[in-house]
Amino acid sequence: MLTIKDLAVKFPSRFGDVSAIEDVDMTIAPGEIHGLVGESGAGKSTVGAAVIGLLSTPGYIAGGELTLGDTDLRSLSEQEAHAIRGDRISMIFQDPQTSLNPLMTIEDQLVETIQAHSDVSQGAAVKRAVDLLEEIGIDNAATRIKAYPHQFSGGMRQRVVIALAICTDPELIIADEPTTALDVAVQSQVLDLIRRLAKDRQIAFMLITHDIGVIAQIADRVTVMRKGRVMETGDTEQVLSRPTHPYTRALMDAVPPLDHRITRFRTPTDAETAPPGSIPDNAAERWLLEGQQHELLGLTLDGIHLSFPGTRTSIWRKPDPFVALQDINLTIRPGSIMGLVGESGSGKSTLAKAITGLIAPTSGTMFLGDNVLPAGRARKRNDPSRQLIQMVFQDPYSSLNSRHRIGDILSEPLWLYGFVNDAAERRSLAAAMLELVGMAPDAIDKYPHQFSGGQRQRVAVARALLARPRFLICDEPTSALDVSIQAEILNLLKDLQSVFGLTILFISHNLAVVRQMSDDIAVLRNGKIEEIGSTEGMFERPQADYTKKLLALTPVMPRTWQV
Amino acid sequence: MVYFILKRLVQSVFVMLAVAFLAFSLFRFVGDPITQMTGVETSVADQERLREELGLNDAFLLQFGRFTADILQGDFGYSYRTRQPVAQMIADRIPATLELGLVALLISLIVGIPAGVYTALKPRGFATQAILMTTLVGVSIPTFVIGIMLIFIFGVQLGWLPTFGRGGTVQIGGWESSLFTIEGWRALLLPALTLGVYQLTLTMRLVRAEMMEVMRTDYIRFAMARGVPMKKLHYKHALANTMVPVITIIGLQFGGVIAFSIVTESVFQWPGMGLLFLESIRFVDIPVMGVYLVVIAFFFVLVNLLVDLLYVAIDPRLRVRDVQ
Repeated sequence: MLTIKDLAVKFPSRFGDVSAIEDVDMTIAPGEIHGLVGESGAGKSTVGAAVIGLLSTPGYIAGGELTLGDTDLRSLSEQEAHAIRGDRISMIFQDPQTSLNPLMTIEDQLVETIQAHSDVSQGAAVKRAVDLLEEIGIDNAATRIKAYPHQFSGGMRQRVVIALAICTDPELIIADEPTTALDVAVQSQVLDLIRRLAKDRQIAFMLITHDIGVIAQIADRVTVMRKGRVMETGDTEQVLSRPTHPYTRALMDAVPPLDHRITRFRTPTDAETAPPGSIPDNAAERWLLEGQQHELLGLTLDGIHLSFPGTRTSIWRKPDPFVALQDINLTIRPGSIMGLVGESGSGKSTLAKAITGLIAPTSGTMFLGDNVLPAGRARKRNDPSRQLIQMVFQDPYSSLNSRHRIGDILSEPLWLYGFVNDAAERRSLAAAMLELVGMAPDAIDKYPHQFSGGQRQRVAVARALLARPRFLICDEPTSALDVSIQAEILNLLKDLQSVFGLTILFISHNLAVVRQMSDDIAVLRNGKIEEIGSTEGMFERPQADYTKKLLALTPVMPRTWQV
Repeated sequence: MVYFILKRLVQSVFVMLAVAFLAFSLFRFVGDPITQMTGVETSVADQERLREELGLNDAFLLQFGRFTADILQGDFGYSYRTRQPVAQMIADRIPATLELGLVALLISLIVGIPAGVYTALKPRGFATQAILMTTLVGVSIPTFVIGIMLIFIFGVQLGWLPTFGRGGTVQIGGWESSLFTIEGWRALLLPALTLGVYQLTLTMRLVRAEMMEVMRTDYIRFAMARGVPMKKLHYKHALANTMVPVITIIGLQFGGVIAFSIVTESVFQWPGMGLLFLESIRFVDIPVMGVYLVVIAFFFVLVNLLVDLLYVAIDPRLRVRDVQ
């Protein structure tokens, strides 16, 4: 039984100590899965780190009580705390790709952990490790245990991580975003495993996540955090279906529902930026509308094939090519939004790269409107499609040049495509554009690092629009953002699309988001299109087995809980 | 794996060809060999005859081909200065330089890696700051000054160690080694230290930077969260992952140590290849200079090939195929 009372963590800084979390109360009983939910910066991970005693330096626990059973965790010496780690409290990290030592076999890592906490022989430890891997669902464990982490797939690797966390029979496991890096199918397997372990082994889980769907699916109780404080805590069903705190309610509103379509997201109150949309008599809006020489443009992909040369393993044999895209036929109607969904590695981003001309398809033709779109290097630097097709990337932290001011970033498309030759005019257009995407005009002289992820994504959208595009590719534009920010950005994209009549290819792994955004939808799997159709039709009556499976596995809240 | 090594070997051949070409061009661009070989009293007709006999009138590529073929057969030509075969001169000098370089490398590794680990694990400690400061001073001073200072302190003032030459050496099958006598080691110590100081600082700082990076990774935090004993965590998990990039730099540097031990060798009058090279430059001894270039390039290529093999030994991701 873990008890947290009035926990406060502070980080010393030049201007005095900064509170990361304050007055956090929580109890987790054996066998309970306790969800800890909140947006980035809410202090969820800090709670977990404080419990296991791994706060990143120079953070320290400033007050409160932390007890596990009869042990006062705060009174432990460094050595005692380290002895408890693994033995009584363990942890699961977010990304299974990075949480295993790449240079050691699974066996070495398991045996080492088992032997660190109990006095057993090598042989006994190996036997225990093999049994554990079998229990966790790894076939042929006795031979697979000799493998290195890179020889396992993502889902299997997360199983190994879980095996490592439970190999010493801990009372409490802190799972920090354990499924965020996984595809839905794997996610649901891992969640099942966590639930089974909680039940069979009576392990208490602190499940830290930003995904309310995951909480709804497996947590017994939930604590909602925001800005280092607990907003609300209680049984999952009660908190999610009858939230008492306005923040919980706002958070729930921002989660895109999977089972129906809503016209706009309600965004949480006190948003950091003004509500976007059409602003009367905005210079940038006028300029963008005036300059549209083209009617609505659609995009047609005809039999696109794309394969990469594989890694060479022998001198004599030609390497097997890696097929990324196979026979892709896709028509995006002018002025519509086409959603493209699929798991990681399905070829979504490769398709976007092929359309933008970054890589050339092996065969097949692309049409933008009625014109053939030259592939790869055949597309000239001054090809009109380079201006007509623009892109919004996933990670706003790396898609803006950190050494350029926002004004320079926004002016670039204006001079690059020869629209505006006067610098002062470019600047005023950039300022008006900032207003249009809901940002303060003084942002123009700032640098990207001065803004939050959501604001940066607004800048990225503004930059794409200033090229006067007719076709926009949004590659996972909100996956790096919190749900409330995601709701704002999605609203913004919808507004801008309707004002400027853009055709959009909207790439996402999140089915709920795609349902809200797109008119049509294409499901991609292993480089092949499994199903294409209208969004509503597909969600109501999915045809392909794969689509059905995806829909069934996506964690959702029971409909009765929805506000 | 085999393919990887073969690819590297083919690349190495091209590197060696390029260097051989450079060495060969030395003959053509650093003065006329005939005037260097003959005196003023040789008649023009004799000179021309000699030129014809030596094949210097042949086509450029033909001469280059002959040069490369000779080198491949171990025929490196004769020194202008000593009239000895160059191969013999180089072979006499290689053991001295190699031993000096190896001991310098060992010093830098034995001191540099633990110091790097220590300074990474206790980044704010007093000792860390002291070590970082001292090594910075050590790098900032030119090698020859360090050498002279060491000679002054240990050789002249304290009189503990010899200041020049190789001391006692033992012949082991044509290899003249100073590693088997106490006198030899005493003579080796100062030059090796001089040569190793720069290496040591570089190794230490590199290990420190990489180690600090590795200590922040998820797998180290996960190992910590599972309560893996700290010693194992630092030396098994963290250090092994630190070594991959460190080995690259150490490998490159070792080539550099051999190639640029010239200064140290001349300060300590160490009879190695560097000293030979210096003397050859003074006398415009082109054959020796050319062969020196080729031999040094060969060491660089060899060391880099070894580094590649070490990668494979350390990192299973290069060794074991993915199984999905």
